[in-house]
Amino acid sequence: MKLTRRHTLMVAFGSAIAALLPVRAFAAFEDEVAAFTGGADVGSEGITLIAPEIAENGNTVPIEVNAPGAEAIIVFAAGNPTPAVATFNFGPLAAAQSAATRIRLAGTQDVVAIARMPDGSFVRASQEVKVTIGGCGG
Amino acid sequence: MNSLLKTGVAAVAIFAACAVQADEEANLVINEEIEITVRTDAPAHAENLSTIYSGWVFRSDETQSFQMDDFENPGMIFVDDAIEAWNAVEGSEGNSCASCHDGPESMAGVRAVYPKWNDAAEEVRTMAMQVNGCRTEQMGAEEWKYDGSDMLNMEALLASVSRGLPVDVAIDGPAQSMWELGRDIYYTRFGQLDLSCANCHEDNYGNNIRADHLSQGQVNGFPTYRLKNAKLNGVQSRFRGCIRDTRAETYAVGSEEFIALELYVASRGNGLSVEGPSVRN
Amino acid sequence: MAENVKPRVRVPRDATAGEEITIKTLISHTMESGQRKDGDGNVIPRSIINRFTCAFNGETVIDVTLEPAISTNPYFEFQAIVPETGTFEFTWYDDDGDVYTDSKDITVG
Repeated sequence: MKLTRRHTLMVAFGSAIAALLPVRAFAAFEDEVAAFTGGADVGSEGITLIAPEIAENGNTVPIEVNAPGAEAIIVFAAGNPTPAVATFNFGPLAAAQSAATRIRLAGTQDVVAIARMPDGSFVRASQEVKVTIGGCGG
Repeated sequence: MNSLLKTGVAAVAIFAACAVQADEEANLVINEEIEITVRTDAPAHAENLSTIYSGWVFRSDETQSFQMDDFENPGMIFVDDAIEAWNAVEGSEGNSCASCHDGPESMAGVRAVYPKWNDAAEEVRTMAMQVNGCRTEQMGAEEWKYDGSDMLNMEALLASVSRGLPVDVAIDGPAQSMWELGRDIYYTRFGQLDLSCANCHEDNYGNNIRADHLSQGQVNGFPTYRLKNAKLNGVQSRFRGCIRDTRAETYAVGSEEFIALELYVASRGNGLSVEGPSVRN
Repeated sequence: MAENVKPRVRVPRDATAGEEITIKTLISHTMESGQRKDGDGNVIPRSIINRFTCAFNGETVIDVTLEPAISTNPYFEFQAIVPETGTFEFTWYDDDGDVYTDSKDITVG
């Protein structure tokens, strides 16, 4: 493959490359989900996960989770070496069961948020976040 | 040339499709009060540009929003550290920066005109050189490492108090020969990849190189907090990184070549606002 | 002792009784994940903030368990109810046993 200047600059465009990246997922992730839910059925209504479609850099990815009325929300990065990211436990003085933070993603993968509701049920939201390998800057 | 033009058109089309990547029209206002000029007419000497853009414009929405609020901007943690250093007495003379300069706010306007010619020292000085000059000559203290954290923190503080002011670096008079050296380096191809600064940052800003969204390579936002390494990064460290990425042996931080290049690159941003510490990818 | 760890919090200075406010917190901490290797190829051991809590006049607002995937300089934003005048207490727990704290008073008038 010729590495001329022209070739370097013309060869790839960000979204095309991102779409070709393999999606990562580890078996440990499903085990950790089961540990949190106790194997119960998981619904999908009543929880929101906001994350960028394409992360500018996998080192610092802003996310936000929201599940009105939840006792706790756990966040996983399904493709990270250790999938658990954080667990937010809400106390009586939490005005809303929501939280925002910044996380590390090792590669393109699903970010998954699961909320435990006071009646013992669980709800789940997930979103794929593309994490790209930089060009010259990166 | 023709195929490059076609590439350019194709690239713009793809760039337009990547709407999630950057909002080209967005403006930056910090803390709802500091207005930052992120796009303006290019200075006359930058003959191949008509509009200049801050690096902020090329980043994703999420990255852009990090910079809109001093609490959200992780670079500001380091400004706090520098304020402590500003007030700390150091060196044989028993002075701190504050002893001569009052509070950091009194330094507003300084960052906007650096690098610049220093008459007494008879050389072009970058901010880091001037800070070390003060430390050794006025404070009797030891020099800080050129791109060490102490220096970068202080540069971030000095930049932060000039935010919103237009960059206005002198390119003539005693600084002229250094400026011309910097300009020559900017257009020199380096390394196995045979790339000059201009190849990416003048000919192809707005395009993607692999997955990186190329900016114009302006330095009005330095020192910058990079998401990639979660810390402040200085201009000359970035020059080293860029030249190394062309697979070349690079100049040293603090070398004459990089001082000249910093002067030239800063002047390409004349008219943009001082923006540091900025947040980039 | 983890070096140079500084907490910062943003809480409004006053509120009406029962108002819902936004709290932002940041703490400067490397959050060494345990995934990196040093120059000799040895794994740099994990050393992170593993728990963050916020309480108001002794009652819990939020209690967060952090894993290594939380970015350097952990940032949290969340909502709190302010029933009365009082003090928000923020606590960060480090793997190495250190505990960092900050507090902010708020007036309900």
